Amino acid sequence: MDVKLKLLRFNPETDTEAHFEEYTVEAEPMDRLLDVLHKVKWYQDGTLAMRRSCAHAICGSDAMVINGENALACKVLVKDLAQPITVEPIRGLPVIKDFVVDMEPFFAGYKAVKPWLITDPHEHEPARERIQSPEERAVFDDTTKCILCAACTTSCPIFWSDEGYVGPAAIVNAHRFIFDSRDSGARERLEILSQADGAFKCRTAFNCTAACPRGIKVTKAIQEVKRAALFGTV
Amino acid sequence: MAIYHRYDAVIVGAGGAGLRAALEAGQRCKTAVVSKLYPTRSHTGAAQGGMCAALANVEEDSWEWHAFDTVKGGDFLPDQDAVDVMCKEAIEAVLDLERMGLPFNRTPEGRIDQRRFGGHTRNHGEAPVKRACYAADRTGHMILQTLYQQCNKQGVEFYDEFFVLDLLMIDGACAGIVAIEIASGELHVFHAKSTLFATGGFGKMFKITSNAHTLTGDGPGVVYRKGLPLEDMEFFQFHPTGLYGLGILLSEAARGEGGILRNADGERFMERYAPTIKDLAPRDMVSRAEHQEIKEGRGAGPKKDYILLDLTHLDPEVIEAKLPDITEFARTYLNVEPFTEGVPIVPTAHYAMGGIPTNVSAEVLRNAQNDVIPGFYAAGECACVSVHGANRLGTNSLLDIVVFGKRGGIHMAEYANSTKHLEISEDAHKPTEEWIASLMEGESDVRIADVRSSLQEEMMDNASVVRTDESLNSVLASIEQLNKTYSQAKVRDKGKVFNTELIEHIELGFLLDMAEALVVSAKARTESRGGHYRDDYQSRDDTQWMKHSFITKTPDGGTELTYKPVTLGRYEPVERKY
Ligand SMILES: Cc1cc2nc3c(=O)[nH]c(=O)nc-3n(C[C@H](O)[C@H](O)[C@H](O)COP(=O)(O)OP(=O)(O)OC[C@H]3O[C@@H](n4cnc5c(N)ncnc54)[C@H](O)[C@@H]3O)c2cc1C
Ligand code: FES
Repeated sequence: MDVKLKLLRFNPETDTEAHFEEYTVEAEPMDRLLDVLHKVKWYQDGTLAMRRSCAHAICGSDAMVINGENALACKVLVKDLAQPITVEPIRGLPVIKDFVVDMEPFFAGYKAVKPWLITDPHEHEPARERIQSPEERAVFDDTTKCILCAACTTSCPIFWSDEGYVGPAAIVNAHRFIFDSRDSGARERLEILSQADGAFKCRTAFNCTAACPRGIKVTKAIQEVKRAALFGTV
Repeated sequence: MAIYHRYDAVIVGAGGAGLRAALEAGQRCKTAVVSKLYPTRSHTGAAQGGMCAALANVEEDSWEWHAFDTVKGGDFLPDQDAVDVMCKEAIEAVLDLERMGLPFNRTPEGRIDQRRFGGHTRNHGEAPVKRACYAADRTGHMILQTLYQQCNKQGVEFYDEFFVLDLLMIDGACAGIVAIEIASGELHVFHAKSTLFATGGFGKMFKITSNAHTLTGDGPGVVYRKGLPLEDMEFFQFHPTGLYGLGILLSEAARGEGGILRNADGERFMERYAPTIKDLAPRDMVSRAEHQEIKEGRGAGPKKDYILLDLTHLDPEVIEAKLPDITEFARTYLNVEPFTEGVPIVPTAHYAMGGIPTNVSAEVLRNAQNDVIPGFYAAGECACVSVHGANRLGTNSLLDIVVFGKRGGIHMAEYANSTKHLEISEDAHKPTEEWIASLMEGESDVRIADVRSSLQEEMMDNASVVRTDESLNSVLASIEQLNKTYSQAKVRDKGKVFNTELIEHIELGFLLDMAEALVVSAKARTESRGGHYRDDYQSRDDTQWMKHSFITKTPDGGTELTYKPVTLGRYEPVERKY
């Protein structure tokens, strides 16, 4: 079948501003949008720029705004998309070229919440593994799924308007450690997240939860972090 | 023009192997990690099923049993000294990851849980054993995230989205690399005392593959073009359960948890091929069995060209808890509900057993006599130690990348701290600059997408699960032709910023080199062993072929093969039955 596309193009070396261009390609209903974009790149216009690697929603490279909603191009199929399919870069990050945005502000927010295991300096390094019950493990299971694709953060209206906000993905990654029974950095992280650019900026718009290609309950995780910050309970 | 950087140690690649090396080297000397992808985009993140270590948390186990399984699984081609190192250090490697915060699944007592995996047995083949440590079906994702977290904690320096194009060699020793910064198109020279390649696999030479678009063999390609050898390139693993038409992997854990393979008649055909461990036989055997079933007309579907993976008899709760991602893949990409219907699957190109030859310290070998290249290291899927021999066992790659990544990181730092930078000329980047210019200048009608898809189809049809002299000759002729066409192609995007057409163009060149090395090595090996199955030489030939092949490119553009004997140990070769 023919598939019609409207792609928001921007080449910093030739364009002063972004503009839509239209394309038609042959594709199957079960094709991924990523396959369709590849057809444009490979057979019509080699200058089309996007990031991608795994092609099955695990590496987090290809978050885009697809028919107005954030999604991974490799996880949406042609059959599920109204035509013409419009594709734009994710919002709130500077565009480098076409669908490639500057990810540095996103990763800066991520790193700000110290997303790594912080152990108690007084604890002896155990000779074997630390003990953690399946129930303790289950508390933070959902937030371990994050692939740092930025679909959630760049769907958040607060993130668009407020440069400093760390954004949902950073809070998700903080959650992953705050609620890990082996971690002792909750206080440090909650202090960071209680500051002006932290979790309390969230207005529970739920865009992030809808955008997450991994099905993480992002808003719920943010609420749990807020509660922990308010009541000091983890 | 090139921008100059000076480091003690430079690591190319930020998957599991590169990041594990960076944690070690970074503590000991000034280290940079250069990667064409953001670290967390690396394909280690796609690994699902698990990482084996004889922790004996769930069942009795020992690292010697693990070593035996690895040697037997590899059809007696692995070097047994290297296998011992890996299986012994496996236990500490898993515990290390746990201490870094990796959220393994847990037993009721709170220990790391373990499950079954293909080819892993108790007491030298008696019965399957629970040896694979896992985090649901996203073990690789958790390894990659955990290592990246630790690198950030430690302040490792990253050069993300830098594509490495050349290795600087001075009098037979390594002095660093040349890379292009994708965002700007600028060239960078990284002058280093030691350099480690951890660039991953090259499954993209095949049409149906579990590998990412970016797995194009750049690291081994750079090495091959320097006239240095690649080892055991004929051994490429086909995984028995790739989603039909797509190749996306459904982990062996699906069978570890009780999934069954069935043909069109609903028969559990693996009972005929491997009566003891059935569906959990090593991958090469299962892939060949599937191939046979389809060839003999027992394939499922309208075209009788796939096999069904049956999970319908399993408890949906267990599937949701232990295999959530792969069931979602079946739903998303094939519109199939695994709780109620069989999932269409086929063998998918999965893992390169061969690669850049190294010893157990990750030092790269310059020849089959085990002489090393000073200052040059390799680890992970791009390397060949050899611990996997002719067929890698499931879960042994995640193990390989952390064990030899760590070893490589330590050794490269120790070497860097004991030596000075070699002199390099100011023009070190010139050959790369001229090469890029030659790709960018001029016009051509050749579409590299056509070259790439022809290569992938030819390799799939003629050099995959079953090979013959005839099929290999035919694909070799095609590769020669495709190389000619490729050399006329030009990059149409003339820009500098994020020119991914240029990147894909270069990647395809490396894939063509990998394909050539694979096919020439496979043609020479007139036996069947592990992942290399020759219909015209169906049995293993231990008198002639207990040896690793080393292929090099000669200055006139030809190839040369030399061989190195397998290092034996406790286990004498016996027939591989399961
Ligand atoms: C779907 C799937 C499931 C798997 N499941 C398992 C499993 O359950 N258990 C198991 O043991 N194994 C599994 N494997 C195998 C295992 O995941 C891989 O072999 C392993 O992760 C490879 O790691 P690596 O660090 O060597 O390479 P990768 O993780 O592939 O990383 C390669 C790195 O090199 C960089 N790079 C490449 N070329 C260049 C260049 N030119 N310049 C700069 N940087 C470059 C990339 O940016 C990337 O960072 C699986 C593989 C797949 C595909
Ligand atoms: S390409 Fe990896 S998430 Fe889409």
